Amino acid sequence: MSQEPLLELKGVTKTFGAVNALTEVDFSVREGEVMALVGDNGAGKSTLIKSIAGIHPIDAGTIAFAGTRVNIHGPKDAAKLGIEVVYQDLALCDNLDVVQNMYLGREAMSSFRRLDETTMERTARETLASLAVTTIRSVRQPVAALSGGQRQSVAVAKAVMWNSKLVILDEPTAALGVAQTRQVLDLVKRLGQTGLAVVLISHNLHDIFEVADRITVLRLGRSVAEVSRKGSTQQEVVQLITAGSIASVPGQTEATA
Amino acid sequence: MTDTADREESVVPAGTDAALLEPDATLGTYARGRIEALKTGDLGSLPIIIGIIAIAIYFQARNSQFLSAGNFVNLIAQTAPYAVIGMGVVFVLLLGEIDLSIGYVSGVGGVITALLLVPDGNQVSPAVAIAAALGAGAIIGVVQGLLFTKIGIPSFVVTLAGLLGWNGVVLLLIGDRGTVAIQDPFVNGIANDYLSSGAAWLSVEGAVLIYAALQYLAVRNRAKAGLPNLPTSLILLRIGVLAGVGAIVVAVANSALNRGLPYVFLLLIALMLILTFVTDRTRFGRHVYAVGGSIEAARRAGIRVDGVRVAVFGIAGTMAALGGIILASRLSSVDTNAGGGTILLYSIAAPVIGGTSLFGGRGTIRSALLGAVVIASIDNGLGLLNTTAGTKYIVTALVLLAAVSVDSLSRKGRVASGRA
Repeated sequence: MSQEPLLELKGVTKTFGAVNALTEVDFSVREGEVMALVGDNGAGKSTLIKSIAGIHPIDAGTIAFAGTRVNIHGPKDAAKLGIEVVYQDLALCDNLDVVQNMYLGREAMSSFRRLDETTMERTARETLASLAVTTIRSVRQPVAALSGGQRQSVAVAKAVMWNSKLVILDEPTAALGVAQTRQVLDLVKRLGQTGLAVVLISHNLHDIFEVADRITVLRLGRSVAEVSRKGSTQQEVVQLITAGSIASVPGQTEATA
Repeated sequence: MTDTADREESVVPAGTDAALLEPDATLGTYARGRIEALKTGDLGSLPIIIGIIAIAIYFQARNSQFLSAGNFVNLIAQTAPYAVIGMGVVFVLLLGEIDLSIGYVSGVGGVITALLLVPDGNQVSPAVAIAAALGAGAIIGVVQGLLFTKIGIPSFVVTLAGLLGWNGVVLLLIGDRGTVAIQDPFVNGIANDYLSSGAAWLSVEGAVLIYAALQYLAVRNRAKAGLPNLPTSLILLRIGVLAGVGAIVVAVANSALNRGLPYVFLLLIALMLILTFVTDRTRFGRHVYAVGGSIEAARRAGIRVDGVRVAVFGIAGTMAALGGIILASRLSSVDTNAGGGTILLYSIAAPVIGGTSLFGGRGTIRSALLGAVVIASIDNGLGLLNTTAGTKYIVTALVLLAAVSVDSLSRKGRVASGRA
């Protein structure tokens, strides 16, 4: 694990009208590590990843990628840097098969403007195999025929196939059963092991303590703590998320912040 | 959901990439797979082929003229306009949209062709007349597509306005002439001239050989890349069926007195191949399916959704104009009814009867051809039985309802088995 962060945000601020969604957030993730991002509803998790993905350009603060300061103004800028986001709703086309979905919008072409199905199918298989995704029997079945865990695997494989360096996963296990959650958590671990930087958003602390190396806690748009998994307990993280007292639960005392 | 995953994990040992391969395919396993797919609501072309056979048996039993060589040739020419317009409709349906203007757009196409060819000293060559009609169809489609995407008027309403507006244009273009006869031999020949017996055989044999060669190249390519192939016996069976059907069509058409295989048949097959290439083998076609499957997923994948939509309406307009030219050719004239009557409904019903979903994202070009064969057969067969137009419409309506029911029920089947 290298010590230089791949992605480093400093003092990032984002407002929507009168609402301060993010206030001077610091956040970093290194290559080969799984960084969990936790926080209560409205803590700014989604806004933060959308800022990194270029959907909500930041108002103030700096973003550095691989040691260089960058400006991310749109999803294309993020993709160029090698940042891929797997959103909660996955954004797969049910009527297209696994290969077609993985290459959607970036199809490989051969002569006479034909789709290069052979190359696409081979690369898709190789990518799935490299992630040890073994539950998908045929890459030519429509995504509609896949289970929730398999779809998640396809969405993740789609994200890592493009020489991406940083993969952001938004609640990848939220809608899954026990066996499929296991499948996806194993996949997240492997992503870290292959040297990618992984940002994992989850409400499930049990999942996080299983796969994450470090944990960043957001509360009311501020980064309140960054702890290593080994040096903390679930109880401590819960306290950080809620600030340890009912009085400061979002929606009550600090709701106007 | 959990249940599915548990079951699959017990079937597939963890850590093997053998699981990435399709099951070792033979004709038997393929057939079992197809039957499995049928049960889960993936019907393919099966209902339509059963339907065509049933229709043929029924009409042949009632009137032995139905399958005669002469009527068979008629049937090809009757199928052509609906099939051609329907192929354009397939693109629109794949998006999950509708185009109600295609009937009168076909009328505009036919009328423009006929008027430009009127031998009044200002006539143009048939190629120019046809190009002008196709161009008009394309422009109409693109304009309607732009109104739909840029202003955000639902496609149903834009094209409903088109239905009325282009009807008006047809009436204005024809004016007080009533009927405009087409005297140009090339345009009339599209639907009314026939290939010589030898040329018909040559083109069918050529088509089968090209199909076989393409299949062989595809198999070799996939084998070289280490990808699984369909069972060889299945590929040979498909080539055999194609050769058999082609031979029957040519033999029957050639046996018709003074007639043969109409040129429009070649046009139909060529259009089907070209448009199938567009839908299945090009980036544009892939994006059409993607937009029909999930607009949000398509947009996030960087697909220019509006561009795809405008292009699709342009294709529908162009194909409608071409269908109108073929219809004008068959009648050797256009009149104030051009593009009216049953053309719109038959042309939308054709791909739906052929298995293209009204819900978007699922469908094939060949569905338009198969559905048009059903519709033209019913029309033609009931005509031979001397039934009235009223009966024809009711029967066609019932077939359409049956086809849409199959679509809706198979969609339910997909939902029930987690495939939708």
